[in-house]
Amino acid sequence: MSWNRHHLLDIQSLSRDELLTVLDTAKAFKAVGERAIKKVPALRGKTVVNLFVEPSTRTRISFELAAHRLTADVVNFTAESSSLRKGETLKDTARNLEALNADIIVVRHQAAGAPHFMARFLDARVINAGDGAHEHPTQALLDVFTIREKKGTIEGLQVTILGDILYSRVARSNIWALLKLGAQVTLSGPSTLVPRIFQQMGCRVTYNIEEAIAEADIINLLRIQHERQRQSMFPGLSEYASLFGLNKNRFARTKPDALIMHPGPINRGVEIDSDLADCGRSVILEQVTNGLAVRMAALFLVSGGKGPQEIAA
Amino acid sequence: MTAEHSTLLLNSNAIRRILQRISHEIAERNEDSQSVVLIGIQRGGVILAERIGGFLQQIWGHPVPVGQLDVSMHRDDLDQRAVPDVYPTRIPADLNDKVVVLMDDVLFSGRTTRAALDAIHDLGRPRSIQLAVLVDRGHRQLPIKPDFVGKNMPTRLNEQIRVLFQESGQEEAVYLVKS
Repeated sequence: MSWNRHHLLDIQSLSRDELLTVLDTAKAFKAVGERAIKKVPALRGKTVVNLFVEPSTRTRISFELAAHRLTADVVNFTAESSSLRKGETLKDTARNLEALNADIIVVRHQAAGAPHFMARFLDARVINAGDGAHEHPTQALLDVFTIREKKGTIEGLQVTILGDILYSRVARSNIWALLKLGAQVTLSGPSTLVPRIFQQMGCRVTYNIEEAIAEADIINLLRIQHERQRQSMFPGLSEYASLFGLNKNRFARTKPDALIMHPGPINRGVEIDSDLADCGRSVILEQVTNGLAVRMAALFLVSGGKGPQEIAA
Repeated sequence: MTAEHSTLLLNSNAIRRILQRISHEIAERNEDSQSVVLIGIQRGGVILAERIGGFLQQIWGHPVPVGQLDVSMHRDDLDQRAVPDVYPTRIPADLNDKVVVLMDDVLFSGRTTRAALDAIHDLGRPRSIQLAVLVDRGHRQLPIKPDFVGKNMPTRLNEQIRVLFQESGQEEAVYLVKS
C-alpha cells in the first residue's frame, strides 16, 4: 500500500503507485454501491465540509453522496450563501470551518492553488474538487478508473482528448494521470484552445480532428466552457460542432472498440452528436457511477492516521 | 523464513492436522451442512477458509460455499493507523438464514472479528455466526470468544504471530516473532 498522504491536491505530485492505490481502493468501494445496504461505517462521526466557492452541482452531489455512504456527516457551503460574499477571506473561512471540527474539507475554487494554500495551515484534510483551470484530481481518477475497467489496462492505450484544453482542469489532470499510467495522449480541437505548448507535457497536439481520433482507443470530449473563456475563441457553437464535434460521420471512422467519454454536462449537438452520447460505446453514465466510488476512496484514503500499517487482529 | 528471534510454533504437518481437526469439529457442531457458508477474513483467513472448505467437502460429500470478506471499511481505528489496504469482498451465497463460519489466522484483540460481524450484517442476516481461528494469542479487548481454535498460544504484547501458507509461495509454518 503506498498511500500516506493527508490531502489530495493534484495528480501531478502523485506517483504511479499512489494512483494505482486509489484505483484499487475505488474498486472495492464500487462494490458497496451495488449492495442493498450502500453504507460502510469507515468515516462514522467524521465531518466532511463541501466548500464550493465556484458553483457545482454534479461534483458536489457526488462528494456528498460519497461522504454519506461512508457514514460521515456532510455540510455544504456554497459561495452565494456564505460569508465569503461579506468579504471574509478564504483563510478565515477555512479556519472557521476547522474551528467547527471539520475533518475533511472538499474545496472547489476559481483560484488555482487555493486547496494547496488551505492545506498548508489546516489540520483538516483537504481534497481539491477543482481549482481554476489547474487540476480536478477526482475527475481524472474516475476517468482512468473507467478506462481501466473497460480496457483492462491504461498502459499503451491511445487516448485522445478533444475540445477546450486551454481552460480545462479536467484536461490537465487527465494528462498527468494518463501519462503516469503509460498511455499515449493526443490533444485536438480549435488551435485557439489547444496550444502547442502542451507538447512539453509529453502529448501529441494536432488540429486535424479526424487524424486525432483515427487510432484512438478512448475519445474524451471536453465541454466548451463559456464561464471560463474571457473572449470568443471560435466563431460560434454550430461552427464548433461542424469542425470539431464528434458526429456520426467522424465516429464511423474510429476504431470499432473505441469508447466515448465526457466529464459532463454534455452539450448535445455541440461537442457530441446527441445519439452518440447514448450509444453503446459511450461510457458517460458509467463515469458518473465510478465518480462516486473514486470519491469514496479519496475521502477514505485521506482519513488515515499516522500509525503503523500492522493492524492487531 | 528466518527472521531474528523467531521461534517455530507449528510446522506444515501440525497445521494440516489442526485444520483437519477443526473441520471435523465444525462438522460435528453443524448437522445442517447445507446451511454452512465459510467466510475468510482478508487477508489471513482467506486461505484457511479454502483449506477447511476442501476438508469439509470430503467430510460432507458436497461442496461448501467459501467467501472472502474485507473488513477495512468497518474498522474503528482508521484515524489511528496508516490507512489499510482494501481487498476484495466476495460472498458466494445469500447469507440470510445461513450458518456463517468466520475464519481468521490469528485472534488477538477481537477488533477484526467485531468489524467482521458488522460487515456481515451489512450483507445479510445469518441464522448464526461462528468463529474459527488457527491461533488464539490472547489479549482480548472485546468480549469475543472463538468457537473453534487451532492452538492457544499466550503471547506478550511485543511479540507477533506470523502465519505463512504455501499458497503464498512460502513454506507453511507459524512463527512466534519477538521484537
